[in-house]
Amino acid sequence: MRARAATEDHPLTRWALVALTIAFVILFLLMPLIMVFSAALEQGASHALDTLSDPDTLSSIWLTAVVALIAVPLNTVFGVAAAWAVAKYDFRGKSVLTALIDLPFSVSPVIAGLIYVLIFGLQGWIGPWLRENDIKIIFALPGIILATMFVTVPFVARELIPLMTDQGRDEEEAAISLGASGWKTFFRITLPSIKWGLLYGVLLCNARAMGEFGAVSVVSGHIRGQTNTMPLHVEVLYNDYQFVAAFAVASVLALLALVTLTLKSFLEWRYADEIAAVHRR
Amino acid sequence: MSLEIDSVTKRFRGSSGAAALQGVSLTAPQGAFVALLGPSGSGKTTLLRILGGLDFADSGTVRFADVNWLAVPARDRRAGFVFQHYALFRHMTVAKNIAFGLEVRPRRDRPSKGDIADRVRELLALVQLEGLGDRYPSQLSGGQRQRVALARALAIEPRMLLLDEPFGALDAKVRKDLRIWLRELHNRMGITTVFVTHDQEEAFAVADLVAVMNAGRIEQYGQPDAVKRSPGTAFVQEFIGAGAT
Repeated sequence: MRARAATEDHPLTRWALVALTIAFVILFLLMPLIMVFSAALEQGASHALDTLSDPDTLSSIWLTAVVALIAVPLNTVFGVAAAWAVAKYDFRGKSVLTALIDLPFSVSPVIAGLIYVLIFGLQGWIGPWLRENDIKIIFALPGIILATMFVTVPFVARELIPLMTDQGRDEEEAAISLGASGWKTFFRITLPSIKWGLLYGVLLCNARAMGEFGAVSVVSGHIRGQTNTMPLHVEVLYNDYQFVAAFAVASVLALLALVTLTLKSFLEWRYADEIAAVHRR
Repeated sequence: MSLEIDSVTKRFRGSSGAAALQGVSLTAPQGAFVALLGPSGSGKTTLLRILGGLDFADSGTVRFADVNWLAVPARDRRAGFVFQHYALFRHMTVAKNIAFGLEVRPRRDRPSKGDIADRVRELLALVQLEGLGDRYPSQLSGGQRQRVALARALAIEPRMLLLDEPFGALDAKVRKDLRIWLRELHNRMGITTVFVTHDQEEAFAVADLVAVMNAGRIEQYGQPDAVKRSPGTAFVQEFIGAGAT
């Protein structure tokens, strides 16, 4: 029998683990994705494209883009600020704050949506006042943005807190002792050393913001052509037995996710040297 | 034009135990090389950080070059600070690291690009790292990194040089070479220098004046020979005696 290093597993174990992982990825991740595209293209590409040019569908794509364009930058700013506060300062209640940032991960998105209905809805706390002043939040764009933001708050902060904690304050202190102002220190020292983590957090945040269903479903009201985002529109089409159209919209969503993933991999490959330089000590 | 530290105290927030600094006073002439020597937790790094503006004293005063030093914001002090773990900007090349203090100056005080490049070249020569300007810090050895950190601190033409265990992370041979080199550099440039170390041999070899610190106080302050010859307290006796064997 061949001698094995202490850390080397039995070949059979290794083979089984690799096979299991591959089988799982194919069965649960790859197959459904392929099914989505094949269902969309069942009656030909031109038919799928035709269904996409439906005004209600176009409006859902547009709405999803608008929501992401507003929610993601706001959460990025908040995430950087929160990570900065947690990683670089010591204050009372820091662990509570860190746990609270994680709340959206542990709360069901449906509840997130309901919270906003309870606050801003007609029977809610400030619903009557909003109605008197003709401000629409629930069943309108602001509600959808709020629900999306609630669900996607943790992505950027979660990505940055361990990174910034690990990096410590030395480099910022060095910058200040060399005469840099607070802003220059942030833009020239802090931001460049967290940019890859930040990018990853923003991409994940964006993917979730575009794909969120539960929370948005509660506050949207499902008004076709007005308050239906892409994931909601997929459900509406599917329930209307418009399978090709439903899967065509689903394919666009999936494509957006794939583009995000490819972009991230490309950037990591393109800037591998720089990333290594920042992480090595 | 001297450095006068008078009754500086510092208590860390939330700590109930002894204060980090309990009334530290010390005077050094312009251009002196002062070593703060003591075990870890003696308050030497805290005092250094207060001089650099990175920490704040609870009470007491510091006068340097006839100004109320503690009232000057850290970024306006021009105190070149060298950190134990170098704190080089990891995403910048060596040349960019050294140039940083010049490039962040407000436009009216900023040297031209050409002048900055010349200055970086001079400093690289001074710290004997010619030709390494395009490397990243991660591609350098510990001794080289610490010399880059020193060049970066010198680039701003510091009024005071503050070194926090600068050779602490290096091996014995490099340590010895670098401290001789640092002393020669000091002789040439004459910048008032405060040097923190827990290594008594290093302190005595390099400094004009040694302050032995313990538990937030200065136990004894004087020239290396005087401290060595007649330790003022039992602590000093034991601390330098223990290292001398």
